[in-house]
Amino acid sequence: MNEWLQGSVYFGFFLSLAAYWAGMAIQKKFPYTICNPLLIASVIVIVILLGCGIDYDTFNSGAQYITYFLTPSTVCLAIPMYRQMRVLKKNLAAILISLVSGCIAGALTIWALCRLSGLNGVIYHSLQPKSVTSAIAMGVAEEIGGDSALAVAAVIVTGLFGAIIARGVCRLFRITSPIAVGLACGNAAHAMGTSKALEFGEVEGAMSSLAVVAAGIITVVLAPVFAGLIP
Amino acid sequence: MKWVKYVKQLAVIMAVSFAGELLNRLLPLPVPGSVYGLVLMFLGLMTGVIKLEQVEDVGDFLLKIMPVLFVGPCVSMITVVGGITDQLAAILAVCLISTVVVMAVTGVTAQLILNRKADREEKEHE
Repeated sequence: MNEWLQGSVYFGFFLSLAAYWAGMAIQKKFPYTICNPLLIASVIVIVILLGCGIDYDTFNSGAQYITYFLTPSTVCLAIPMYRQMRVLKKNLAAILISLVSGCIAGALTIWALCRLSGLNGVIYHSLQPKSVTSAIAMGVAEEIGGDSALAVAAVIVTGLFGAIIARGVCRLFRITSPIAVGLACGNAAHAMGTSKALEFGEVEGAMSSLAVVAAGIITVVLAPVFAGLIP
Repeated sequence: MKWVKYVKQLAVIMAVSFAGELLNRLLPLPVPGSVYGLVLMFLGLMTGVIKLEQVEDVGDFLLKIMPVLFVGPCVSMITVVGGITDQLAAILAVCLISTVVVMAVTGVTAQLILNRKADREEKEHE
């Protein structure tokens, strides 16, 4: 099977799109939070790969072409930010204070939980930057002595989970302002949270985009400080 | 020749992405090209070097399809799981709990500040 598909550019490309399509169809039929199209699509692809004995690399030789579009998409997050400039300027203090508080709370939680569950230094250092966009997380993890592949996996789990729980968490903690909702999504779940925030609305998406950039910068500064807590 | 504008818009977006990629190679910081590109695009729009109508349609399309672009990275997780089977449950727990904490703390803090600000503005109006 692998030899057959190895040279194919379109197999992984098609499978990713078809799986996402199936994910959307399933969510339409069963509108529960857990029926997230991205989660369903990932599960479908993983099951097919494992079931048919296809390597990840074989799949990714096609799927990577879709992934390449992540960079221009991330660049375009500047568009809603620019369109919401007025809201951004007017609430600058609230935005900065909440983003920094969120980042510090996250770093402390990861430290405390790693201490409690006895996770070692390398894993702790890989998990520390998990709330930021994957490329920053990789760089930061390497900088502070973590494993970049594990860091990316943690980033993806975080983003997927963040997108799934966003609505529930905001309802539970009475986070109702579109500004606060967007900041929460982007600070906790980077670009994946932002794609969810954009579904909520333009202001949510803009604030979430801003949070992705800010969280990245804050984490580059904070992570080395917190990294020293578990050698 | 309405479609030409889409070609132009995609070209602008790709140019900014490319510039971001270059910055990533030139500057010794752990910042990805996409984030440099985002900042460049924002600065470009702010200064008027890039006009909104030069990027808006294709940009909004790329933002709409963004979740689909994450399928590949999500599937890549299966390549890591093998090495950490023993600590998998603990690692997942750390990821999930800390995500809820960051989301709740960020959102609640912002909400409280915004509420207080709204109250103050209301009083000023009275």
